[in-house]
Amino acid sequence: MLLTTAAAAAALMLLQQAPAEGVDWDAEFGVETKERDPVTGELPVDPYEQSNANAGATPYDSARLVRDFGGRDGIVRIAARTVELSEADPRIAAIFAAHDMVRLKRTLGEQFCYLIGAGCDYSGRDMRTAHAEMGVTKADMNALVENLQAAMCEADVPFAAQNRLLAKLAPMSGQVVER
Amino acid sequence: MTLTHAFLAFTQTAAITAALPPGEPPRIAYAPVLEAFDPAPAPVVATPTITARATAPLGTINALGEDEGVSTGTGRPIRADKLLLTNGISTVEGSSGGGIARWATIAGRQMPGGIGVSAHGSAVELPDFGWRSYGAAIGFGDRLELSFARADFDTRDAGAALGIGQGYTFNMNTFGAKVRVAGDLIYGATWLPQIAVGVEHKQSGDGGLVRALGAADDAGTDITVSATKLFLARSVLANATLRYTEANQIGLLGFGSAAGAGYKLQFEGSLGYQLSRRAVVGAEYRSKPDNLGLGEDDWLDLFAAYALTDSLTLTAAYADLGSIATFSDQRGGFLSAQVAF
Repeated sequence: MLLTTAAAAAALMLLQQAPAEGVDWDAEFGVETKERDPVTGELPVDPYEQSNANAGATPYDSARLVRDFGGRDGIVRIAARTVELSEADPRIAAIFAAHDMVRLKRTLGEQFCYLIGAGCDYSGRDMRTAHAEMGVTKADMNALVENLQAAMCEADVPFAAQNRLLAKLAPMSGQVVER
Repeated sequence: MTLTHAFLAFTQTAAITAALPPGEPPRIAYAPVLEAFDPAPAPVVATPTITARATAPLGTINALGEDEGVSTGTGRPIRADKLLLTNGISTVEGSSGGGIARWATIAGRQMPGGIGVSAHGSAVELPDFGWRSYGAAIGFGDRLELSFARADFDTRDAGAALGIGQGYTFNMNTFGAKVRVAGDLIYGATWLPQIAVGVEHKQSGDGGLVRALGAADDAGTDITVSATKLFLARSVLANATLRYTEANQIGLLGFGSAAGAGYKLQFEGSLGYQLSRRAVVGAEYRSKPDNLGLGEDDWLDLFAAYALTDSLTLTAAYADLGSIATFSDQRGGFLSAQVAF
């Protein structure tokens, strides 16, 4: 009896040898790998209907505001800088690490540009879809606001103009904050 | 870039341009956005496998989470994440507010799920009186605030003139509680302010004297409802508070009157203009009852607050407290320091 048990155990141990090094477990388990678009460098997203309504607010109509932000180029730089600061911000870096920063820089630039009224179209997803399952908190929102403020200060955007952009973004918190 | 991609990009641009009236630049941000920050295509080879992050070795995890490796969380015991100045300025009654008016804001720099603390010291220098207030508050998330403040009101020479003794000092303890019931100061719908209800229980340390002055009681409880909102589009903060109270000079001179005057509804309003993340200027108004018939006046102030650091806020104000204990024209300076975490 004892011998049979020992033999069975030995057989089991032999069967459970360690797998070979260098196994592509993603392939073994059928995990799909997304490839970046060779032109844009962006990861593909599920298809959705593009609309400026996805930007979440109506745009301003003020040439002065656009000038305060340094025109389209200035706005795009501010959006990209905000993302960079956030990627380096230990409070919220983890949220950004798991997502496509190339796409975010583009869509955030478009969203800011559209909301400020600099004549862009927003091609990204709506706020609820774009932030789904990220578990964003109000504290995370505050960290992002601070990074955006820092980026706007670096670009010498007057404080009142900074607040006008924030005024468009703040009411979207309901679609972004999940916990 | 392959030939096919180049061809596709070309036809796309051509299609967009063709759809526009002549002379109008293409109104799509796609191309300029990309060119502006990243002319070269993103480094496709930079991510060897998508499992790289998951298989990366764990870095040394410390309490501050400041390591290079993959972290298992922020690991920070206290997150003081509230935006600057949005915890308000302690009132002379210890609550988060604007100096003399109570706001719907919650004291401390915590966000939901956190606990924050705040402490203040304030001095009001008037022609005939010197007023000191110091206290502390604790905030639970964005929900509950508990506060305590001690007030010392020095009558100086007026004490002798009033026959209560040179330098007689009125004392009062205020225990406050405030609960946010709806809305948010910054986020959410613009039309929905942060709304909070609260109480302030006040205990005068001069029971015999305030009764002699005509007050009915030496303790009383105020009930408040506050609504506060930061209107970012205008950089304006607005607050309105209704206070149901029977306090005389906010309670320093007791509560109600022996003649029967009791609870009345009073109004506190604040308007602030944000100059920068750290600086705000504004004005406040607070109506007060005159239960004792001593000509008690409404209060006004003009204030400037500055967040010297993330934790330290200094406030200076010009305050017009009107007539106090028959001494009229009590206008002077208000200085306050607040530390919050």
